[in-house]
Amino acid sequence: MFVRLSAAIAAVSLLSGAVMAQSAKPSDPQIAHIAYTAGLIDIAAAKQALGKTSNKDVRSFAEDMVRDHEAVNKQALDLVKKLNVTPEDNDTSKTLSKNAAAKIAELDKLSGAAFDKAYVANEVAYHKAVDSTLETTLIPSASNAELKSLLQTGLKIFQGHEQHAEHVASMLK
Amino acid sequence: MKPRWIIPVVAGLVSGVSISALAATIQISMDNLEISPAEVSAKVGDTVEWVNKDAFAHTATARNGDWDVMLPPKKSGSLVLKKAGTVEYYCRYHPNMKATLTIAP
Repeated sequence: MFVRLSAAIAAVSLLSGAVMAQSAKPSDPQIAHIAYTAGLIDIAAAKQALGKTSNKDVRSFAEDMVRDHEAVNKQALDLVKKLNVTPEDNDTSKTLSKNAAAKIAELDKLSGAAFDKAYVANEVAYHKAVDSTLETTLIPSASNAELKSLLQTGLKIFQGHEQHAEHVASMLK
Repeated sequence: MKPRWIIPVVAGLVSGVSISALAATIQISMDNLEISPAEVSAKVGDTVEWVNKDAFAHTATARNGDWDVMLPPKKSGSLVLKKAGTVEYYCRYHPNMKATLTIAP
């Protein structure tokens, strides 16, 4: 319980802290970069899980994450290409990547049920943080209608991931 | 010069036509993570075609285990209904996508 809670708090505070560190509201090229980076991070986490877990539910969850996040990111790439926008690296993306690398290293030291629990707990926390950032910052800040709509679809699908992660977490108790 | 097999062939065609005229094809869309219409009535022998308009893979999976149709991104999948009953189904990948098929005999 302590591990799950502290992981959740850490992930939420890191992400919201990262977004808040940016004083002005993010521009569309920055939003595209943040959303894409957030997707890549979850794909990397899922691939790590697929290499480590032997739990059927965790594996199927991780496969869902790879499938959906790759699909969203492909749509994002197609959209920036169509809009002729170059995603712009920014402090939020950098903080996200840095934290994700630390999380991967931390989880890498675990194995078996301990890994499964820590991975899924982090997925709950991460999707909570991403969903809240989408809702409160990225979607309201996006000016292009197509980008906004893609982010809204993303939010819908990631809210499903959050529920799915919570369900898997409850089964691992 | 009438070949003798022409009559069975015609009979086969006619009966084939009459079967397909009775059975309907019902389209159900999966768009932006929603199944529409979510409640559909059909009959045994009808074909249900799910049209996945999303960039995500979906499934139409019966809760009672009767069928599981894969719907890759931007693709359709179909199923001929063989059994009467009310079947609840959902997408295994996105379980918030839920719908019901009511199949009359």
